[in-house]
Amino acid sequence: MTTAQRVVVDPVTRIEGHLRIEAETDASGKITRAYSAGTMVRGIEIILRGRDPRDAWAFAQRICGVCTLVHGIASVRSVEDALHRAIPGYSIPANAELIRNLMIAAQYVHDHVMHFYHLHALDWVDVVSALKADPKATSALAQSLSGYPRSSPGYFADVQKKVKTFVEQGQLGIFANAYWGHPAYKLPPEANLMALAHYLDALAWQRDAVKLHTIFGGKNPHPNFVVGGVPSAISVHTRGGGQDATALNMVGLQTVQNVIRQMRDFVDQVYLPDTLAIAGFYKDWAGRGEGLGNFLSFGDLPSENFWNPDSYLIPRGVILDRDLTRIHPIDLDADNEIQEFVSHSWYRYSQGDAQGLHPFKGETELGYTGPKPPYQQLDVDKKYSWMKSPRWQGKSMEVGPLARVLMLYASGNVQARELVDTTLKTLDVPVDALFSTLGRTAARTLESKILADAMQGWFDRLMANIKAGDVRTFNEQYWEPATWPKHMQGVGLMEAPRGGLSHWIVVDDARISNYQAVVPSTWNAGPRDAQGQPGAYEAALQDNHVMHDPKQPIEILRTIHSFDPCIACAVHVTDPAGEELVQVKIK
Amino acid sequence: MPGPLIESLARQGITRRTFLKYCATLASMMALPPSAGRAMAEAMAAARRPSVIWLPFQECTGCTESITRSHSPTIEGMIFDMISLDYQETLMAAAGHQAEAARLDAMQDNAGKYLLIVDGSVPLGLDGAYSCIGGRSNVEMLKEAAQGAAAIVAVGTCAAFGGIPKANPNPTGAVPVSDIVKDRPIVNIPGCPPIPVVMTGVLAHYLTFGSLPELDDKGRPKAFFGETIHDRCYRRPFYDRGKFAKTFDDEGARNGWCLFELGCKGPVTHNACATAKWNGGTSWPVESGHGCLGCSEPDFWDAGGFYKALSVPADPLRIAGVAAAAGAAVGVGLSFANRAKKGAAKKAHQPVTLADLEKS
Repeated sequence: MTTAQRVVVDPVTRIEGHLRIEAETDASGKITRAYSAGTMVRGIEIILRGRDPRDAWAFAQRICGVCTLVHGIASVRSVEDALHRAIPGYSIPANAELIRNLMIAAQYVHDHVMHFYHLHALDWVDVVSALKADPKATSALAQSLSGYPRSSPGYFADVQKKVKTFVEQGQLGIFANAYWGHPAYKLPPEANLMALAHYLDALAWQRDAVKLHTIFGGKNPHPNFVVGGVPSAISVHTRGGGQDATALNMVGLQTVQNVIRQMRDFVDQVYLPDTLAIAGFYKDWAGRGEGLGNFLSFGDLPSENFWNPDSYLIPRGVILDRDLTRIHPIDLDADNEIQEFVSHSWYRYSQGDAQGLHPFKGETELGYTGPKPPYQQLDVDKKYSWMKSPRWQGKSMEVGPLARVLMLYASGNVQARELVDTTLKTLDVPVDALFSTLGRTAARTLESKILADAMQGWFDRLMANIKAGDVRTFNEQYWEPATWPKHMQGVGLMEAPRGGLSHWIVVDDARISNYQAVVPSTWNAGPRDAQGQPGAYEAALQDNHVMHDPKQPIEILRTIHSFDPCIACAVHVTDPAGEELVQVKIK
Repeated sequence: MPGPLIESLARQGITRRTFLKYCATLASMMALPPSAGRAMAEAMAAARRPSVIWLPFQECTGCTESITRSHSPTIEGMIFDMISLDYQETLMAAAGHQAEAARLDAMQDNAGKYLLIVDGSVPLGLDGAYSCIGGRSNVEMLKEAAQGAAAIVAVGTCAAFGGIPKANPNPTGAVPVSDIVKDRPIVNIPGCPPIPVVMTGVLAHYLTFGSLPELDDKGRPKAFFGETIHDRCYRRPFYDRGKFAKTFDDEGARNGWCLFELGCKGPVTHNACATAKWNGGTSWPVESGHGCLGCSEPDFWDAGGFYKALSVPADPLRIAGVAAAAGAAVGVGLSFANRAKKGAAKKAHQPVTLADLEKS
């Protein structure tokens, strides 16, 4: 039916940032080669040079407004790690670790739910088909899945009427020009209507869910942080109350408690059951979309502190070739372990583009060789992306929910094992099904459940500390850069919703002399390396994707969206063309 | 009336009266006459929803995320009932060619009438190759879309003033929208990100009157950016009494004292955080213990450091000491004097620095 051709999807929508996918298909429509390109840069790492390391979090945080807290946390951790390496015993108060854990977990649950309903769902849910659903049957379906209170026939009838009115007005807005009616949509009308109703419910839910960030960080998006702890002092024991207090008084803590409950309820009653119900109709997607088989996790959510990875809820390590019996350790400081390559990226390295550089020695000099816009096609044999290619021991790695759930599973986490086994049993698929587009999307849901459940424990510990009179939230020792050693360096690691994140900072005379952010979507969305090894997106698309109609590339969107791309995160390093690298002058 | 909006609100259990009340509240928040509330309600309930095209350039999607947090009106309320959001990359179902086609169709069908929202700065370096969508540079897309736009809303500090991409040394040659488009009305809604109600308030105003609200000299709506954070801060009494938190975790910090010495930029920052607050009135940066970053002002990234106190007086202890010793009465007097000084400077469009405030 078709001839071999190149399919270009640009812009890839329902993601964060600017992503372009080019794919070559054979005559049967099967993708033979895929190329992932980031098409926007700002240069935040360059902008960071020469600045006060304590300010870095605010800059770094603007790398991304979706996973809005992760770069802030990774950044303050990088400075704290530099201090910890230089000054034995340096740490931050236990309450600050607990508050950060709560904020990180809240970010996961918020982000994952929004990704599922507002970014990914429309790949699987046909909005137009929902108009044909019987609200009573939809109600019966929803009630068979969970005890969510908003599952009455009247509720679904209202949603359907709302959407029907909208469609009849003829102004489809954000729902225009999609692939409605495409044979790849498999859900019955009732499941489509249920998912559509939950799309709207999730929009309302998320507005309240972010209030946890607002209490601790003052606002969302882009809550505030501080090197040495958290900025929100605890006002519970002050005499004034009311006006003479911070947001972190008893009222604020009650808001936090309410959000934790709402998060758990939504995951248990809506997100988890919907994922399983929808996945049941798309089991063929358990057989494609995972190309690398290598997974990396830096681990996160300490029960003690950041410098004790053994206390992390999510473990650190690497899984190779889908072998869940062995977890490989990561040596952060070894020059030959974590490296970034630029063979196919629009950058130049001083010692040649074929070698990789460890982030502490990372370089960022722009070398744009792409076509002058406007352009139709990128020259993928040469350089074709603003993203670098990170590698671990020379290998491409997938990071993110699937990597974490596999790590939890492989390391014997009881809850993860139970959730994964139940999911596989419910869907009646083998363990191999995890290594797929469907497995990646399911993993995101399962880890949301694990984190939503864990939040209550951290909150209870925080409350117990406050009750016992420990309200410390900030380590003021070494706040002043005058107390710092002349030279120091550190790495702030975290697991962002999209995967392992690392910020590498080098500080000289209390100013940033090098800042490198190696981020989840660079691991996943980066281009080929010097050996021609594809990145995770590229490998995933080359794994068993036959396009039904190359003009309607829904298959590409399903697999790319299963990674939850965040491209502003992945691309943020640049220098002006031809200009010398910024030299930091220390005053 | 009643148009689809009123019907849909009724289905959601929201009465016409409640809706009118919302419009009246919004009108009063924007200092509009009472009749404006009714006009707003009628315009928003109109049969055909005005087309809105949202273009994302050098951005982080924080502005889009922020508007999804709008409590009143909600994002879904806007999409279903107030506007036709014909191009918005983060939310739209279509991708690639189909997405491009949706934008071009909307531009053609609503030529001269659509509202163009832009987030992110626009890089001019490398012929625009620093940021492309569909193989086309941002600057080219902006110029094309601006031609048929009735007005342009630059949301976020990047689109309004260049923001973080423009921070020193501005590696990509980033500029704000107003550097490129000169022949269309532009309203700047800065903030990193902007407060949701400020974005939706300006939209509601535009939908009602077909024009932009009154703007200040930086293109910002006066209704939301007319006063400084410091003017309306609930911690202002502590400033006036000379009571300052010295670290993020001392008695002063726990008692909600002024964050000036920890670098708060509230005195030189125009925004509505202190009154509108964030996320449904839950809190705002100062209430949660961190000084204001100054994020709604041009070039705030290069303003000297977030933890450096604004133009520190010769001897901060002296000022604190004097105010504390002289008691509340002097504090109030000082405060009035400050405001008078500030008012005069405002008329002359001079920036007021903290040094000015301290002197008076």
